[in-house]
Amino acid sequence: MIELHELTKRYGDKTAVDGLSFQVPQGVVTGFLGPNGAGKSTTMRMILDLDRPTSGRVTIDGKHYGQLSEPLKYIGALLEAQAVHPGRTAYNHLLWLAQSNRIPIRRVDEVLALVGLTEVARKRARGFSLGMGQRLGIASALLGDPEILMFDEPVNGLDPEGILWIRNLMKRLAAEGRTVFVSSHLMSEMALTAEHLVVIGRGRLLADLSMADFIAQNSRSAVRIRTPHPEQLLDALATQSITAEAGPEGSYEVVDGDLVKIGELAAASGVTLHELSPQRASLEEAFMQMTADSVEYHAGVAPGEVVTDAAGAAGAWGAGWQPPADKRQKKQKGAN
Amino acid sequence: MGSFPAILQSEWTKIRTVRSTVWTLLLTFVVTVGLGALISLLTKNNFADFTKNDNSPFDATTTSFAGIGLGEIAMIVFGVLAVGNEYSSRMIRVSLAAVPQRGTLLTAKSLVVGGLALLVSLVTAFVTFFLGQALLGDHHTTLSAPNVLRAVFGAAVYLTMLCLFSAGVTAMLHNQTLALGVLVPFFFLLSPILSAVPKVKNVAHFFPDYAGKQMLTVFPTPSEPYGWLAGFFICGAWTLAALLGGAAVLKHHDA
Repeated sequence: MIELHELTKRYGDKTAVDGLSFQVPQGVVTGFLGPNGAGKSTTMRMILDLDRPTSGRVTIDGKHYGQLSEPLKYIGALLEAQAVHPGRTAYNHLLWLAQSNRIPIRRVDEVLALVGLTEVARKRARGFSLGMGQRLGIASALLGDPEILMFDEPVNGLDPEGILWIRNLMKRLAAEGRTVFVSSHLMSEMALTAEHLVVIGRGRLLADLSMADFIAQNSRSAVRIRTPHPEQLLDALATQSITAEAGPEGSYEVVDGDLVKIGELAAASGVTLHELSPQRASLEEAFMQMTADSVEYHAGVAPGEVVTDAAGAAGAWGAGWQPPADKRQKKQKGAN
Repeated sequence: MGSFPAILQSEWTKIRTVRSTVWTLLLTFVVTVGLGALISLLTKNNFADFTKNDNSPFDATTTSFAGIGLGEIAMIVFGVLAVGNEYSSRMIRVSLAAVPQRGTLLTAKSLVVGGLALLVSLVTAFVTFFLGQALLGDHHTTLSAPNVLRAVFGAAVYLTMLCLFSAGVTAMLHNQTLALGVLVPFFFLLSPILSAVPKVKNVAHFFPDYAGKQMLTVFPTPSEPYGWLAGFFICGAWTLAALLGGAAVLKHHDA
């Protein structure tokens, strides 16, 4: 188990990681989320004792990383792709790594096969694509057959096939009972693989909870209705003590509404409907709202444009979701 | 802490699996032997011209090692690349994750790099000597002549020390390009030039290469400020200081 206790890293007067305390639960995939520059990579380097914390500590199975004898047998890490000498072959890269930790040499061929690099094992890493480099990095992480695996942004720059492969690999590793700690800045990616979530922003812990809790807390659902006769409809809804609030562009929304019931109610009272649709918040948006205040670099805002919150700029992710009424109005003003 | 022989073996794999090792060491051999042979041959054919204004006795050993000043550059590059490629490829993070005991890692690397450099330097020194003497003909000397065997070993130790000095400096700078940019001009241009400038040369005579070259002298030269043994210790001190400095930086610097 990885345990962080008040971990802090400062570079000059800039604090990259600020009093971070959490535990990475055993045997599941834990997503380590945060916007770019939140301190994820710095935290991971401190776990491996590559960067020295300014204060606080981090332990693996109760020990400091430097106290681990042959650490590759405890924890395997992929920090960045292509941290390989370009003139060395994939096989030889894994060979020296195996020798350093007295890992049986047969593991080299095993992990090469596991990541699908057997055919290029004797080729120099110089000619490797980003995806191949990533696979070689993952092979190095798996070499010592460790209980804990740590991946820093493993899907960055990969093609869809590579992304799918990594996703399945992480699930498989967790299914084998291993602890997988994986960083990402994409909530949507984590929603597919992680069981647990640790969210940080500007080096501080924002959330440490299970994925199920995160979804339950953040997936607001609503039914959107559009009708030329709103008064009639609202009266009909009121008879069943359903309240609708004003939505965008003259629509109405019923939070946690029952689509079928509302449709039947409208039909029974003879109200014409132009729209009756379910609305669901995307996790990406919930994540962006959570980290909105801690985003390191905001996109530039054109003069006169009013951006009220991150969700306002999140159109690309939030399929149809509208933020709560108070924010929405400000946003509409901004849009006009 | 991991097993030291295992770490040595791993460092040996690292060094033997990159091409730069072969070409830098081969170049050290070819340049030192080749240039030494050429100058030995020229000396034999123009012996009267080359020695007419020289009152000191003819030094056949030094003549055969005339190429070492250029050959050492390839050896310095070997030392820089052996350490520096870890930084240029960012592989240092993988290495330190595998062996978090940083002092141990650098010790193992220095032993492997130094051991290989010594082996190649010994072969280079003896081949250079014997080929040079053969080409000098009547003017040649032998290993049994006073100080000659020591001078030939001195040449090998000199090259090895410069290699380790460069490896240590590279670890201190933790940047391969910077290390090459500092060390090659220093040894190729700056040190030879400064050691000829009046007053400045009093300082330059304590630079590692100038001090180390005293190990190659056969005849005592009264104009030199110190002898071969002092030269060995001065050059050795530079080497040790560079390696210790490299270890200190490696230990305290974020990778």
